[in-house]
Amino acid sequence: MSNPQQLRYSKEHEWLSAAEDGVSTVGITEHAANALGDVVYVQLPEVGDTVTAGETCGELESTKSVSDLYSPVTGEVVEANQDVVDDPSLVNSAPFEGGWLFKVRVAEEPEDLLSAAEYTDFAS
Amino acid sequence: MSNAPRLTALDALHRSLGATMTDFAGWDMPLRYASERDEHNAVRSKAGLFDLSHMGEITVTGPQAAALLDYALVGNIGGVATGRARYTMICREDGGILDDLIVYRLGDTEYMVVANASNAQIVLDALTERAEGFDAAVRDDRDAYALIAVQGPESPGILKSLTDADLDGLKYYAGLPGTVAGVPALIARTGYTGEDGFELFVEPRHAETLWRALTEAGAPAGLVPCGLSCRDTLRLEAGMPLYGHELTTSLTPFDAGLGRVVKFEKEGDFVGRKALEAAAERAATNPPRKLVGLVAQGRRVPRAGMAVVAGGQVVGEVTSGAPSPTLGKPLAIAYVDAALATPGTEGVGVDIRGTHEPYEVVALPFYKRQK
Repeated sequence: MSNPQQLRYSKEHEWLSAAEDGVSTVGITEHAANALGDVVYVQLPEVGDTVTAGETCGELESTKSVSDLYSPVTGEVVEANQDVVDDPSLVNSAPFEGGWLFKVRVAEEPEDLLSAAEYTDFAS
Repeated sequence: MSNAPRLTALDALHRSLGATMTDFAGWDMPLRYASERDEHNAVRSKAGLFDLSHMGEITVTGPQAAALLDYALVGNIGGVATGRARYTMICREDGGILDDLIVYRLGDTEYMVVANASNAQIVLDALTERAEGFDAAVRDDRDAYALIAVQGPESPGILKSLTDADLDGLKYYAGLPGTVAGVPALIARTGYTGEDGFELFVEPRHAETLWRALTEAGAPAGLVPCGLSCRDTLRLEAGMPLYGHELTTSLTPFDAGLGRVVKFEKEGDFVGRKALEAAAERAATNPPRKLVGLVAQGRRVPRAGMAVVAGGQVVGEVTSGAPSPTLGKPLAIAYVDAALATPGTEGVGVDIRGTHEPYEVVALPFYKRQK
């Protein structure tokens, strides 16, 4: 599986897009989606919530287990992906595209985000 | 003793198919190959192929094989006709369930007991101990068999293309020796999915040949390899108990709503009789809790061990829970206070990580196939 070059990654298997007008998109990687199995329920942070890098901001439930969703950055949530709430299987079928989770106005980024190559090594 | 996981005869094949493997009762078993939801739906609508070689086979033979099993188990095993199978249980002296079993009568004086992987040694030890004084031999045949199941509405057609055995004459819960894809097999019409299907007991050295033949014969009908994950959601929808979840040593068959497997009318004493008579009386007059189905009104998924709540009080415990691909809703099996166990009871919820999610109390099973 390939991890898009233009994204950066956390060790909790989230991806983060480059900021546009200060806003980045967050999702989980294909590696994480595969490990979870079929995702059946997602709970996302709400618009206006403040999320903190490395802290829980939601949950992802699959057939067999529930996993916490962590935020890769600190900032304010400006959009949550309603499509993925309605159809959680998007996390499995399009983790880097339609299965994105939320958009955040970035206040602070941690220094340990990984490049695509570094994440590929980390996750293998 | 080594702690390395045990591998089935199909291990290399599973890995070549890209299976996600999981530890199950000391065995490395396929959890899923791709999407567990797709595997589940294939079994409901077409067919699925399972490696169940972790199940524990024990052969009981001898002039008093039937008498031994009637003494050791709660069912009427002597009354099983040759070629038929029976769902039964083995209990402790205090009535607690040691395991649930399927017993196949292979001949006049020969039976095969199939135990859960996690309990195979316990069942073997108990049968061996209980065999004392009987003219019968208990043999550990766990390494003698691989077990492959083909389940789903297309399974009879798929199997027919590979065998001359009389499948039309083979009833549910029956088994007959035959040849499948050139491989000698015990062909049993049993399963754990709520669908029609077959379980094929073969020598491990023949397992791969059989698996490949079934895969090839089944492909046009939509057969796919299936892992333990979908096996669990299939059996949950079908309301079938799983040892360690709905069944434990702290419960009797009557507590689990399965008192019908206990045959007091059979001749002679059997292990647990006295305690089970008391348990039957208790279940009939003053049951503490009952096993029910719960259907979620929301989308959060209940898990084993979560509390069932009503009016802010804990009134039960979830024993199994999962999202149901067939019903499109999360389901749970739970032990609930008898007063709240009637289908349609309102105000029952499950405490899912602090939130009380509403659930509807229903009778089991959740799903029954159309015949």
